[in-house]
Amino acid sequence: MSKILVVAEQSGGQLKKSTLSAITFARQLGERGVAGGFDIVAIGASTAAIVDGLQGYGAATIYTVDNAALENYLAQPYKAAIVAAAQKSGADFVVGPAGTFGKDVLPRVAAALSAGMVSDCTGLAGSGEILYRRPMFAGNILATVRVTTPKVVVSVRTSEIDAAEKAGGASKVEAIAADLGTTSARFVKYELTESDRPELTEADVVVSGGRGTKSPEKFWELLTPLADSLNAAIGATRAVVDEWKEVPNDMQVGQTGKVVAPRLYIAVGVSGAIQHLAGMKNSKTIVAINTDADAPIFSVADYGLVGDAAKIVPELTQKIKAARA
Amino acid sequence: MKILVAFKRVVDPDARVKLKADKSAVDTSSVEYKPNPFCENALEEGLRIAEKEGDSEVVIVTIGSDDVTATIRSGLALGAARAIRVDVEDQDLDSDLAARILAAVFKKEKPDIFLFGKQAVDGDNNQVGQLVAEYLGLGQACFASKVELADGEAVVTREVDGGLETIAVKLPAVITADLRLNKPRYAKLPDIMKAKKKPIDELDLDELGIADKKLKVEVVGLEEPPKRKAGQKVASVDELVSKLKSEARVI
Repeated sequence: MSKILVVAEQSGGQLKKSTLSAITFARQLGERGVAGGFDIVAIGASTAAIVDGLQGYGAATIYTVDNAALENYLAQPYKAAIVAAAQKSGADFVVGPAGTFGKDVLPRVAAALSAGMVSDCTGLAGSGEILYRRPMFAGNILATVRVTTPKVVVSVRTSEIDAAEKAGGASKVEAIAADLGTTSARFVKYELTESDRPELTEADVVVSGGRGTKSPEKFWELLTPLADSLNAAIGATRAVVDEWKEVPNDMQVGQTGKVVAPRLYIAVGVSGAIQHLAGMKNSKTIVAINTDADAPIFSVADYGLVGDAAKIVPELTQKIKAARA
Repeated sequence: MKILVAFKRVVDPDARVKLKADKSAVDTSSVEYKPNPFCENALEEGLRIAEKEGDSEVVIVTIGSDDVTATIRSGLALGAARAIRVDVEDQDLDSDLAARILAAVFKKEKPDIFLFGKQAVDGDNNQVGQLVAEYLGLGQACFASKVELADGEAVVTREVDGGLETIAVKLPAVITADLRLNKPRYAKLPDIMKAKKKPIDELDLDELGIADKKLKVEVVGLEEPPKRKAGQKVASVDELVSKLKSEARVI
């Protein structure tokens, strides 16, 4: 019986690293006086590998909900599994990462538990009473919010909350036979973007392209070698994923896409629209390359280079390779 | 087929928002309002479904005081037949109360599809469609980039981390629109004129049977985050690489 339940995110039966930010958040709640530690729930057709990945982080109990019907994510049965685990755990707090999985399922969990939900939480605030910080208006406003219900659901912005380190010790594992209720949807298929690159939200370096790369062909031609030279993930602006079908939407960095905060962010031909800045302005070091010296991206860049990306990027790629050799 | 579309106005997403001097709220004294971009995608999809299916009605629903009427008219000008406005001030709402209101409107209207934008770009909560689906016990297909109807189901391609996922959800269902779902149309002048005569029903919480007005999430403080300082312009690739290596130490 803990007061906090962490919802593990998985992909293809493997634990996703985003879960570790939710664990950090659970520990922060513990530091704020929520006693009893935290539990985790792992959900899927077979959760053995997910449970392995979750051992050593200090959860009291790892609850598992294994069911063939949970092989592919669907909102209703996953919600039912999380709610069953929350009841078993006696949790007042249900915490998960704010990727598309958490964004899809956690509001339903909140409604089912009559809980208030804090979306995209970036940290705790207040002294005594627990308050929550979250960005609004594309990150241009930071709100501090209070949840007035006994139960609280939080989706955690993983770019703002570090991944938990292992703390040692084994967690008890307990299977739950959850009633998954009615499901009004069925899974048809995945078309996942094949890539050997690090995942955008987890990458140490992100190379990102805007319309200033001129065409989808040029976008890939310029960014691929640069990203290779830095073992970087590739991102794109909303305008690019909207207009160029060759650039998939899951590469979108921004307010309504992915929020990233890598060690190094290189923006190529990106003007710096408000909604794009919302997704990357907390990167540690930002480099901007753009022909327009007045582009807003330069107002957040640590290093700006004015000029034509088509000329600069190949030279930069060569020189980064040389510098790293 | 009846299609209900949640249609919300937001502060112009391309404008930089500021707080009032006392930081109590966003300064709306000189802002322009626009329909939430994702709500425009939702309405466009509703209109396309109605055109394809024939014999259909598209109804928009919004929550707000009298001053949201201009937003409603813009939606009517695009082709919705009529609108419902639930009279509650923005400051008296959270995602949960908005969802309970919209679930009550669903029960009154009994549509086959309830379309939403995936998030409103003011609060950035991304909760309302999902909450409504849970309150109504309906299936949901969120972050939709493609919707096709067949045999009482909506086959929906969803934009998820890592790529695309397709699911089929039984109607009635909640669908929330993502960016690539469609390109919203522009209103034509005669339609803007006609929209002025289309009916807008006004409802309040009592008429919807909503007695519990308590917010589950309250805003207790707002601030503008520290501005990131602009750095330096460098003159050449050599200078950039040298600074990245020895100053920022990131390569």
